[in-house]
Amino acid sequence: MTITQGTFSYLPDLTDEEIALQLGYALGNGWAVSVEFTDDPRPRNNYWDMWGLPMFGLRDPAGALHEVNECRKAYPDRYIKVSAYDSRHGRQTTALSFLVNRPQ
Amino acid sequence: MNGTRPGFALPRTGSAAPGQVPGEDPGAVEAALELLPEDASVDLAAEREAAGVDAVLAALEGELVGLDPVKTRIREIAALLLVDRLRARFGLSAEPPNLHMCFTGNPGTGKTTVALRMAELLHRLGYLRRGHVVSVTRDDLVGQYVGHTAPKTKEVLKRAMGGVLFIDEAYYLYRAENERDYGGESIEILLQYMENHRDDLVVILAGYADRMEAFFTSNPGMSSRIAHHLEFPDYTLDELAAIGSLMLQRQRYRLSAAAEQTFRQYLARRITQPRFANARSVRNALERARLRHANRLAAGTGLLCKDDLVRLEPADFLASRVFSEGR
Repeated sequence: MTITQGTFSYLPDLTDEEIALQLGYALGNGWAVSVEFTDDPRPRNNYWDMWGLPMFGLRDPAGALHEVNECRKAYPDRYIKVSAYDSRHGRQTTALSFLVNRPQ
Repeated sequence: MNGTRPGFALPRTGSAAPGQVPGEDPGAVEAALELLPEDASVDLAAEREAAGVDAVLAALEGELVGLDPVKTRIREIAALLLVDRLRARFGLSAEPPNLHMCFTGNPGTGKTTVALRMAELLHRLGYLRRGHVVSVTRDDLVGQYVGHTAPKTKEVLKRAMGGVLFIDEAYYLYRAENERDYGGESIEILLQYMENHRDDLVVILAGYADRMEAFFTSNPGMSSRIAHHLEFPDYTLDELAAIGSLMLQRQRYRLSAAAEQTFRQYLARRITQPRFANARSVRNALERARLRHANRLAAGTGLLCKDDLVRLEPADFLASRVFSEGR
């Protein structure tokens, strides 16, 4: 069964170019992007493992995409998601989150 | 975002491209990729105009005095990228050129300024996606304990992607005398990214010529991965005087005819003295002249006109240590 979680999860898997465009949109809004992975994608499981720290100060999606691919290389059999955190006062929450890897 | 917000709907397989960014026309991307026929011709001038290359080159010419070898090389790089763009229109794709650079020169010869201009130029020519400059030194790249260096260097590299990573005084990265230094690890990661992310990132190393030479001798891999070694020559007396007048112009000061002579004498003496830092020394000299100028005005009484506030006199320079020591 396909796990549907986060944005775009009813769509076919995003390609790298599409992921880069979404990351570019997040960075354009000033959101900090981070990569997380888990082997337990239940909706109630909020505690995904972090792949490195959130990437503050990034300007270009290439850096974030690089981390996504590194994470895929290390954990091809896990669920991997990208979340974009909006740190602005008054929001301070995850603004966008989508799966970038499903186990084959 | 423009246009109306698209309503929610289940995507039909095979219909509209999935994951498409709202408001972005998929046709636009395809149109740009459409190749020109074999017998078409392209307008070089129009392409130059579109890229805005001339504006950057003119700014370079206007703001930087001298540095002819550097300017020549920058013009060559601009020409190469421009021609590459035209070639791409015919589908003649070549490997993206290796644009990692090394700037060597004495203090105050304009290495940082040129790096900023270079980033802007590469951005306009479409080589860099953002064209920002991330300026770092050893502290930002090398960690303090085992396992600290790699994440630190990688984070800086990620931040620089799409732009220029400017490493000032790069020779400090490698300390030959201490074999437990973490600088080597940082260099290794740097090399790896320079090779694998060539189209995401341009690395510019800067430093003094002799020490960079020693750095490259101990890191031959680094030297061969850098295509452009630019040497920044020291400025001549005339160039220094021109730099000085440019700086004054920007700060809305001017030299009186007599002061112009004095300023040249000042520079001629200063060049021969130790710790001369080219344009930076000129700036410092002018800062001190402004100080004395203000002091002179404050000490006097009476009415001042606008010209008094703008004009620097020989006395403002003659009080300098440079003149008293030479005697």
